[in-house]
Amino acid sequence: MPEQLVFAMEVTLNGLMTGVMYALVALGFVLIFKASGIFNYAQGVMALFAAMTLVGIQQGRVPFAHVINEIFGTDIHYFGWEVPALLAILLTVIVMIAFAYLVQRFVFKHLVGQEPIILFMATIGLAYFLEGVSDLMWGSEIRNLDVGLPQGINDWIDVTTFEALGYGFFIDNLDIAATLIAAILVIGLIAYSQYTKNGRAMRAVADDHQAALSVGISLNYVWVLVWSLAGIVALVAGIMWGSKSGVQFSLSLIALKALPVLMLGGFTSIPGAIIGGLIIGVGEALFEFAIGPMIGGATENWFAYVLALVFLVFRPQGLFGEKIIERV
Amino acid sequence: MLDNAAEGYVTADGRQIGPVVMEMRNITLRFGGVEAIKNISFDVREGEIRAIIGPNGAGKSSMLNVISGFYHPQDGEVFYRGSKRPPMKPFQVARQGIARTFQNIALFEGMSVLDNVMTGRLNHMKAGFLSQAFWWGKAQDEETINRQKAEEVIDFLEIQAIRKTPVGRLPYGLKKRVELARALAAEPQILLLDEPMAGMNVEEKEDMSRFILDVNDEFGTTIVLIEHDMGVVMDLSDRVVVMDYGKKIGDGTPDEVRSNQEVIDAYLGVAHD
Repeated sequence: MPEQLVFAMEVTLNGLMTGVMYALVALGFVLIFKASGIFNYAQGVMALFAAMTLVGIQQGRVPFAHVINEIFGTDIHYFGWEVPALLAILLTVIVMIAFAYLVQRFVFKHLVGQEPIILFMATIGLAYFLEGVSDLMWGSEIRNLDVGLPQGINDWIDVTTFEALGYGFFIDNLDIAATLIAAILVIGLIAYSQYTKNGRAMRAVADDHQAALSVGISLNYVWVLVWSLAGIVALVAGIMWGSKSGVQFSLSLIALKALPVLMLGGFTSIPGAIIGGLIIGVGEALFEFAIGPMIGGATENWFAYVLALVFLVFRPQGLFGEKIIERV
Repeated sequence: MLDNAAEGYVTADGRQIGPVVMEMRNITLRFGGVEAIKNISFDVREGEIRAIIGPNGAGKSSMLNVISGFYHPQDGEVFYRGSKRPPMKPFQVARQGIARTFQNIALFEGMSVLDNVMTGRLNHMKAGFLSQAFWWGKAQDEETINRQKAEEVIDFLEIQAIRKTPVGRLPYGLKKRVELARALAAEPQILLLDEPMAGMNVEEKEDMSRFILDVNDEFGTTIVLIEHDMGVVMDLSDRVVVMDYGKKIGDGTPDEVRSNQEVIDAYLGVAHD
């Protein structure tokens, strides 16, 4: 087999796995957008906040330590215990649910029926507010996140591909784990929305508010629910990206990577978010591999957006989005 | 007189009508300077079919929206099962056992007929958040039991053939029926129907009338319905409220209403030659 083709295969595989990460972030957007029509700009910051909280709890850091020390003249930073990863994740989930409740109670409850652009602006405000809170609570240093996910090159794939193709693929164990976890998460979410009472209520609210009210669904409750789910998705995304490159403020920028994914997959489709993520992941990896060297590289920065732009022109509702038909 | 029979009465066709279950007292509803409902009072008895009729813009739908909590009147009170009802959100009203349909059909278009009907069962499902999340224990049993109830309603309304069809693909008449099925699945004490026969052809109207009568007969469900079609209303209902320009101009049995001069002038006189 020609060497270039083998390299391209490796690039494609790695692209797929990056795509899963993108999809994970996009998924959080879709959940909230479908149920409430809110385009949640804060999704990326939620991932950052969740990851920060997880690390903080795990390492037994005192939240708001800086503020406390400043006011009381103390010098405390740690509780002096370490929380096991699983328990820390559970506690972070509870924090994210509390966050969802507060957001609904203090922000969006008061904005029901407002124009989408106003809701969008509110989420921008929320994003920077949450970034500030996150900074105040846990500090702004880069943190290492380790919840026990496997890291490093997968030897089995390396050896197998070397024997078959004469070239060992470099696939990170973390990427494989992330892919598996993302798959489980998506299947779980779909099953939840299809076969449970709350899932059905979620779909009902996404479809028609008035009808949902008439069968006894509380919109508020469902919105808290979807923000909680988006919070949990953000936590998972935060764990994946955080384990890969450390928990730092640039983590909140992954939200921007989710944008082209959404344009591609459609804002209202869960499968769309997945497929869109994969296309962008593979597309940008292959483009960088094939064309990048000719034009000086770093094409990952813009390729996804250009691809999304092309899609917007020809299929504005995305691959799987609801068709926009307006009667005249 | 009917109004004196506090404990109810038996209709000519042998149905038992019970005491008053819901009462509207001096309801006034304004939108800005426009009075949509002007000081209207009437009651609904258990097990009866109560119609509200009137020309376009008479305030019928507004009245239904007051009952179901979508509108909140500026004046007046709603009494339900003997006690005054505080201002409620629509979902709270629904949880009290009052189900409704809409004039313009409000179904979940992207969901199948069965799923739509299942949403009607939501208030009968009590499984906790965690039980649902892990699909374990109560959530699983509940799904089975309520699924069965939903299937019964689907059989009752003869829509088995389209159980799995997404509602968005159905013709208008069937959508109306699915909406009725969803409301029925909630096993409501009171069923509110907003123009259940609007836009239907004769055959569909006959079907719908039959279903309304069957529901009332079989389950003893109290039905409050709004309708344009005079003939249908007179055949179906036990008592009729007539509205015009937001005012009540008649209230009684179909025969009483039919012979009321004010009603004839305002509505029947216009509708019939």
